[in-house]
Amino acid sequence: MVKQENPAYGAWLLPWALAACDGPQSALDPAGHEAGLVAHLFWVMLVASGVIWLLVMGIAFYAARGRHTPWQPRRAGRFILVCGAIVPTLALAALLVFGLRLMPGLRAAGEGLRVAVQGEQFWWRVRYELPDGRAFATANEIRLPVGSRTEFLLTAQDVIHSFWVPNLGGKMDLIPGTTNRLVLEPTRTGTFRGVCAEFCGASHARMAFSVTVMEPSEFEAWAAAQIRPAAVGPVTGPGEGAALFLARGCAACHTVRGTGAAGRIGPDLTHLGGRETLAAGILPNTVANIDRFIRETREIKPGARMPSFGMLPEHESAAIAAWLGSLR
Amino acid sequence: MSTDEQDKALRREQEERLSRVWHTPPGWRYWSAVNNSEVGRWYTATAFAFFLFAGVLGLLMRAQLSVPENTLLPAGLYNQVFTLHGTAMMFLFAVPIFEAVAILILPTMLAARDLPFPRLSAFGYWCFLIGGVFVCGSIFFNAAPDGGWFMYPPLTTDPKLSGIGADIWLLGLSFIEVASIAAAVELIVGVLKCRPPGMRINTMPLYCWYVLIVGGMILFAFPPLIAGDILFELERLAGWPFFDPARGGDPLLWQHLFWIFGHPEVYIVFLPSIALLAMMVPTFARRPIVGYSWIVLAAVGTGFLSFGLWVHHMFTTGLPAISLGFFSAASEAVAIPTGVQIFVFVATMLAGRVVFSTPMLFAAGSLGIFVFGGLTGVMVAIAPFDWQAHDTYFVVAHLHYVLIGGMLMPLLAGAYYYVPLVMGRKLSDRLGRWVFWLMFCGFNIGFMPMHFTGLRGMPRRVFTYPGGIGWDWLNLISTVGAFIFASGLVLFTWDVLVGLRRRPYAPRNPWNAGTLEWLGPLPAPEYGVRSVPAIASRYPLWDQPDLMRDVDEGRCYLPDAEEGQRETMVTSVLDSHPVQCLRVPGNSFLPMICAVLVGASFIGTAFHFYWSSLVVGIAGMFAIMAWLWQGTAVIPEKDEKPVGLGLSLPLYVSGTKSVGWWAMFITLFGDMTAFASLVFSYFYFWTIHEVFPPRWPDGTPQGPGLLWPALAFCLLAGAWGAMLWARARNAAGSATGLRLGLAGAALLALGSASAMLWAPWQAGLTPTEHAYPASVWVLLGWAAAHLALGVVMQGYCLARSLGGKLTARWDIDIHNVVLYWHFAAVTGVVTLAVVALFPLLA
Repeated sequence: MVKQENPAYGAWLLPWALAACDGPQSALDPAGHEAGLVAHLFWVMLVASGVIWLLVMGIAFYAARGRHTPWQPRRAGRFILVCGAIVPTLALAALLVFGLRLMPGLRAAGEGLRVAVQGEQFWWRVRYELPDGRAFATANEIRLPVGSRTEFLLTAQDVIHSFWVPNLGGKMDLIPGTTNRLVLEPTRTGTFRGVCAEFCGASHARMAFSVTVMEPSEFEAWAAAQIRPAAVGPVTGPGEGAALFLARGCAACHTVRGTGAAGRIGPDLTHLGGRETLAAGILPNTVANIDRFIRETREIKPGARMPSFGMLPEHESAAIAAWLGSLR
Repeated sequence: MSTDEQDKALRREQEERLSRVWHTPPGWRYWSAVNNSEVGRWYTATAFAFFLFAGVLGLLMRAQLSVPENTLLPAGLYNQVFTLHGTAMMFLFAVPIFEAVAILILPTMLAARDLPFPRLSAFGYWCFLIGGVFVCGSIFFNAAPDGGWFMYPPLTTDPKLSGIGADIWLLGLSFIEVASIAAAVELIVGVLKCRPPGMRINTMPLYCWYVLIVGGMILFAFPPLIAGDILFELERLAGWPFFDPARGGDPLLWQHLFWIFGHPEVYIVFLPSIALLAMMVPTFARRPIVGYSWIVLAAVGTGFLSFGLWVHHMFTTGLPAISLGFFSAASEAVAIPTGVQIFVFVATMLAGRVVFSTPMLFAAGSLGIFVFGGLTGVMVAIAPFDWQAHDTYFVVAHLHYVLIGGMLMPLLAGAYYYVPLVMGRKLSDRLGRWVFWLMFCGFNIGFMPMHFTGLRGMPRRVFTYPGGIGWDWLNLISTVGAFIFASGLVLFTWDVLVGLRRRPYAPRNPWNAGTLEWLGPLPAPEYGVRSVPAIASRYPLWDQPDLMRDVDEGRCYLPDAEEGQRETMVTSVLDSHPVQCLRVPGNSFLPMICAVLVGASFIGTAFHFYWSSLVVGIAGMFAIMAWLWQGTAVIPEKDEKPVGLGLSLPLYVSGTKSVGWWAMFITLFGDMTAFASLVFSYFYFWTIHEVFPPRWPDGTPQGPGLLWPALAFCLLAGAWGAMLWARARNAAGSATGLRLGLAGAALLALGSASAMLWAPWQAGLTPTEHAYPASVWVLLGWAAAHLALGVVMQGYCLARSLGGKLTARWDIDIHNVVLYWHFAAVTGVVTLAVVALFPLLA
C-alpha cells in the first residue's frame, strides 16, 4: 500500500511502512467516509511527492557531481524559470483543486442524530440528542450507527481541547465560548479510539475515549438502554456500594440517574459498567480498575480535578467500585 | 630612506594606530567590548549553548517516549520540557543565531570596520543572555512555562492552571524580543548605510539582501507578538478579559496574534540559512550566482507571502471554509518562491563546475531533508489533510524536516565554511564527514517514522502513551535515531571546542571565494579591513585582480586612525556614494549595565515586585540616557577629514543622511506594527460581537465620549506643531526658540496624554468588565505612553540644548526626535479616531 519514496530510504522503510497503516487509532485505516477521502488524498500526495523528490535529488546530484559541461547562463536561467516557477505553479494548482474540492463533502450536514461533546480537564461530557427528540447524557464514550452522518456539536468548559477520531475523520477544536460543528459518517462497524489532540494541561495524554460503531438496530437498543435510569445488577452487597457512594460525597460531583446522585461537575456514571473503557479511555473497564482509580485518581491522571480517595477504607472503595461496575 | 621604505614605515605606523584604537582590553575589562567581532562571538557561542540545552531537553522527551507508559519524567515536568524545548529552539537559538552570525560576518562582507551601533549590539547581546538564562533556568526550580511554546489561553491565562511559568515566558521573551528588534534595526542600517563605495544595492552580496529582508520581517513579525504579550500580561496580572469568552474576549484572538508572528518566524529562521548557501554555492561552483535578481525577488516574495499564511496553524478551530480555502492556497503559493531559490542554486551548479567540500556535503544533505519537509508542508497546507495531520507527530516530523533541513544543516554548512574567517582555522574535514553522516542518518531514523506515528493517531505533546495501539516500536526507533543525531552534534561541538585549536592557521581566502569577507589575512586583525576598497563587481576578489594588494598597502579609504577614533564609512542607500566618516563608539560597560537594569525590571514584574521593578526600570532609563548622552551625536573636533584617495568626508551629518535617523525610522516601523496589532484586536472584537461596542443599561453604546478625545486631539496637534516650530527655530539659529518650542510641546503633550486617559475614566469604562473597555484602555494607554516617551525625548533635547550639544549646526537629536513625533502623532490620531468615532458608526 505504501509507495516507496526513494531507494536510499526504501530498504528499511518498506517493511514497517507496510504494517504501519492499520490500528484502532489510525488515519490510514479508515472506517469512515471522511477518513477514507483523506487517506486517499494522502496516498496520492505521497506518490506525487516521492516522484518530485526523486527528480529534484537526481538533478541536484547531476549538477553537484561536476562532470557535465558547464551550462550557458541563459540556459541555466531558463531552467530556473521552468523548474522553479512554472512546473511548481502547475503542480500546486492541480493539488489545490484536487484537495480543496473535498471540502464541501467533508463538511456536509448531519442526518438527524446529534451528539454534543464538551471538553473538560481531562474527560468528555457527552449528550445524545436522538432524531425523535429523546436525549440522554453519558461520558467518555461515543457510539454511532454505521452508515449515517452524525453531527457533533463541540465546545469546552475550561480550556481548548480537540476532538479526534482518526479512523473516522479529521479533528475539530473544542473552544470555550464557541460551538464548532463536525460531521462524521462511519462506514464499517468496530471499536476505535479517539483522543484529545490539543494540549490541554497536565493530563492531556490521559484524555481519550472509545468509539463503537454499531449496526443501527444495536445502536437503537443501546440508546434505549442509556435513556433508562441505572439498574443495579446482581453483585454482593450492592446496596452498600450505593449508600457509600452517596455518603462519601461522590454525588456532589457525579450523577447516577435513578439514585439521589445528581452532581454536575464530574462525568455522568449512570451506566458506567457498560462502557468500553474507564477514566476517559485510559484503563480497561474492570471493577479492580474502578477501585484503583477511586484511590489513585491523581497518580493515574495528574492534574485531575477529582482528588484521590486513598483515605477511604479499602472495603468501602471496593464496594463503591463493585456497585459502579454493576451499572450497565 | 627610499620611498619604498618610507611607505613601509608609514604602513606599519598606520597598522599600529589601527590596532591600538580597535584593541579589546584584557582581563575583566574584556567584557566591556562592543565591537562586532567580540559581540558576535559571544552571541554565537551563547545561542549555540542554548541550542545544546534545548537539544538535551529534546533527548529527555525522546527518552521518555521510547517505551509506552514510561515513568522517567512525570507529566508536569514533561510539559515544562517540551514547552522549553520549543521556546528555546525558536527564541533562544534560531532567531538569535541569525543575528549572531550576521553581526559576525556582515561587516566583513561590507568591508566595514564595525556595524553602525556597536553598543546597541552589545546591549542586545546582554539582554539576550539575561533573558535566556532567566527563561531556561526556571526549569531547575520546577517553575518553567508548561503551556506549550504557543501558550494558548485559557490554559495559560487561568491562574489556577498556570503558575509563574507563564509570566516567565511572557516577560522573559518580551525582553528578548526587544533585543531581537534592536539587532534587526542595527543590521538593516548596516546593510543600507555601511557598504563600501561602489557597492550599489544591486551588487551587494546575496547575504546582505537576506539580512535586509529578514530584518524587515522581524520588524513586522515580532511586534504583533509583543502586542499580544501585553494583552496577555494585562489579563494575567490585571484581569483585563481579552481572551476570556465569559467577558467578551476570545481565546482565538491570541492564536491570530501568535501565528501572525509565528508563521513568519519560520521564514525568519529559514532565510538566513539559505543566505549562507547563497554565499557558498557560487564559491564551490566557481562562478557567480545564476539568476541574482531571481533569487532576490524570490526571497522578497517568500518574506512577503509568509505574512499571509498564519491561519494554516488554525485550520481545526472551526473557521469558515472560505478562509480555509484562501489560506490553503496562500500556503501552497509560498512553495513557489522557495522552490525558485533552490533551483537558483542548482542552476548555478549546472552553469559551473562544482568542487566538492565539507560545506557542500552539508548543503547537499540539507537539500534532501528540506525538500522532503517542503513536500510534507505542501500536504499539510491542504486543509482536509491537515484536519487529520494537525497536532500529531506527522507535524512534528514535518517541522523538524523543514527546520533541520532548512535551518540547522545549512547553518552547519556555514559553520564549516565560515569558521576559518572567525577563528582563523578550518574544522576537520574527516570529522566533518562523520558529523554529517551521524546527523543525516540519525535524523532520518529519528524523524521519518514520526510521519507514520502521527498518521496512526499519536497526538503531539503527550507525556506518555498506551502500549499496543501501534506506536511502540515506531517511537523506539525514533528515540534511537535522535540519540545518533545527537552524537553527531557532540562530535561537532568537540571539534569546535577542542580539535580546532590543534590545527594550523588557514591560508588567506581558503575557499578561493569571490566576496569581500575573504579579503583580509587569517586570523583577522581586530580592526578588520586594512583599508576600505571601492567595489565594482558582485565578486570583487575574482574580478578586481589588484584589490588585495591595494587594500593591504592601505591605498584605499580610511587606512589610518590618526585621531585615535574608531571610524567606518557611511554611504548612500542605493548607489553607495560616500557621505560620512562615521565615528563609532568604543568599549563600554554601559550597554551591559542598561541590560541588567532593564532585565531586572522585567524579571521583577514576573515575580510581581511591581515597585522595585518600577524603580529599577527608571534607573535603566537614566542609564540609557547616560549612554546616549556621551555616546551619540558626539560633536567632532573638526567638520570633515580626508579619508584617502583625495576624498574628504564630513564627520557629522544629520537628518536622512545620518545612520541614527534611519535607525529611528526603522524602529518606529516596528512600533507601528505593534500598534496596528492592537487596532486589529479592537476590530477583531467588533467582528465577533453582534453588538459592539456593548450598550450601557440605558441602551446607548459605551464609549469614551467625544469631548475629551477631541481635546486630546487638539493638544496633540499643538504638541506636534510646536515640535516642527522648534526644529525650524533651531535651524534658524535660535536656541531660545528651540527651547520654548520643546517646553511648549512637552506641556501640550502631557495635557493630551492626560485627556486621553481621563476620557475613558470619566465615562466609567472599567477594563476588567468586558473586552471592549479593556481594548479602549489599552489603545489609549499605548498612545499616552508614546506621548510620555516623547516628552522624555523633549526633555533630553532641552538638556542637550542647555548643555551646548544641540545647536543649529549640531542638530541630530532634534531631527530624530521630530521623526519620532511624526509617528507618535499618527499613533495618537488613529487611536482617538478609533475609540471616539467608531462608536458613532456602530
